[in-house]
Amino acid sequence: MSLLELSGIERSFGPVQVLRGVDLVVEAGEVVGLVGDNGAGKSTLMKTISGVYATDSGQITFDGDEITDLDPGSRREAGIEMIYQDLALAPQQDVANNIFLGREPTKRFLGILPAFVDKARIDAEAQRMIDSLGVQIPSIQIPVGMLSGGQQQTIAIARALTFKPKLVIMDEPTAALAVREVESVLRLIRQMREEGIATILISHRLNDVFKACDRVVVLRRGNVITDLKKDRTDMAEVVSYIVDAHE
Amino acid sequence: MLRFLERTHVRVESLAVLAALAIVMAILSPVTGSGVRVFLTASNLFNIILASATFGILAIGATFVISAAGIDLSLGSVLGLASVAGASLVVTLEFPWYFAIIGSLAAGAAAGAVNGFVVTRGAVPAFIVTLGMLGIARGLALIISDGRGIYGLPAEILFLGQARPWGVPTPVFIFAAVALVSHYVLAHTPFGHHTLALGDNEDSARATGINVNRQRMALYTIAGLMAGIAGLVFTARVNTGDPTAGLNYELLAITAAIIGGTNLFGGRGSILGTMIGALIMGVLQNGLNLMAVQAYYQQMAIGTVLIAAVWLDQIRARGRRAQ
Repeated sequence: MSLLELSGIERSFGPVQVLRGVDLVVEAGEVVGLVGDNGAGKSTLMKTISGVYATDSGQITFDGDEITDLDPGSRREAGIEMIYQDLALAPQQDVANNIFLGREPTKRFLGILPAFVDKARIDAEAQRMIDSLGVQIPSIQIPVGMLSGGQQQTIAIARALTFKPKLVIMDEPTAALAVREVESVLRLIRQMREEGIATILISHRLNDVFKACDRVVVLRRGNVITDLKKDRTDMAEVVSYIVDAHE
Repeated sequence: MLRFLERTHVRVESLAVLAALAIVMAILSPVTGSGVRVFLTASNLFNIILASATFGILAIGATFVISAAGIDLSLGSVLGLASVAGASLVVTLEFPWYFAIIGSLAAGAAAGAVNGFVVTRGAVPAFIVTLGMLGIARGLALIISDGRGIYGLPAEILFLGQARPWGVPTPVFIFAAVALVSHYVLAHTPFGHHTLALGDNEDSARATGINVNRQRMALYTIAGLMAGIAGLVFTARVNTGDPTAGLNYELLAITAAIIGGTNLFGGRGSILGTMIGALIMGVLQNGLNLMAVQAYYQQMAIGTVLIAAVWLDQIRARGRRAQ
């Protein structure tokens, strides 16, 4: 049994069919690069996995359970985390609150009053998370909007890892980063693989894909065109698939 | 103290404005027979809090909605509808006294729920929905009451508006209780965190699994409920279910929330700040009254304060971006 199995995924927006029957399998602890030209359907495919978009037809199973009809919150519970290209952080909220957004630990006064957010625990655990990722930020209590792009990317990753996911989807995590920050993100992906977390990495930067991934999947016009083991292919072959110039 | 203000998102500036305004009003207000400035007499200070309580409760409702990047222009009209709904049940239809409470709160919450429903299901901008509700609620209030005030409420209801347990007017206790619960909800519960996140970045809220529609629905209903509570307090204070109650109060409520530090574009909101904002509006109105400034000019003053507060906020935001 594989960790994630997609079969026959279709999705249209009005008259435009973006996904035309996608099949994809991801094993536990595997790092898969998903590449393709603009408009190939990469982001749409990822959002059908995270649950932001419903599928028109097809089936998604995760860890043995069918999750096709679950909402994004339930899929997070099941262990799927997605890090969006725009990071989806709340800029005026502090670092710690962002990391725990949507899953705030709570406690009760005297066991009767309604649950209130355990801010001390949020701060402590957020700090531990940031430290374990080996990154530097000025303070976990400053608004996320005041951090650099690389630091914000780190916060988004920290948020994804806080609840021990089994699969993390990253949409162009390195596109807007400085060279040194890219290395730091790739290092984090390797660190995740060692901990058995599977990753799907969407990227235009084939360099980064080849550095981080075990397998490269090429998407073109809503179909999976090819699925290549990294050590049996090279960048030239992947590019030829992307631009439809193979053989 | 400063750390407490920072944690609760209260602006030091708004406290300073309140203090400065109070000093100015004290100096400019007339002197009583016993040589005390009228503004500073205990009864006048209670008057300020008493007047602030009604639109302060409304401003708390506005704070919830604006924190989530929404807006509610119908608050004043819904206050009027709630006032009439409660009074007519008890006076006209002769239900037991507590139906004034049930009727006011239910009418307010229902109007808020309708706002929330149309905003979330119909994807109609909140500005339009609540502007429409401003007309609908006021019209309904006038229809129910036949355009006249409904007088003669039972003593139990008048207690809520006119009694002074331990020398403090009951509405002040109600305002304080509502503010305390609201502060707790907005600042310390997951619901409050989700509200601010929704106002800050809706995609972020959705992506982390927050049910954005349910959240909005709840927020507009809370705002309506606050208008219901304010309507009840108004009815009790003036012993009338008044269809014109709360006219233009949305201006006061939104201004109080904004000058209290709530971000008009969402993502930041503070109930304690809103209370200070409401007191600023109360002091301004009261001081102008004491100086015998016509009500017409007061409207202008309040409108100017609202625009100035948002303008200052924009300048500040630009400064932050330029850093």
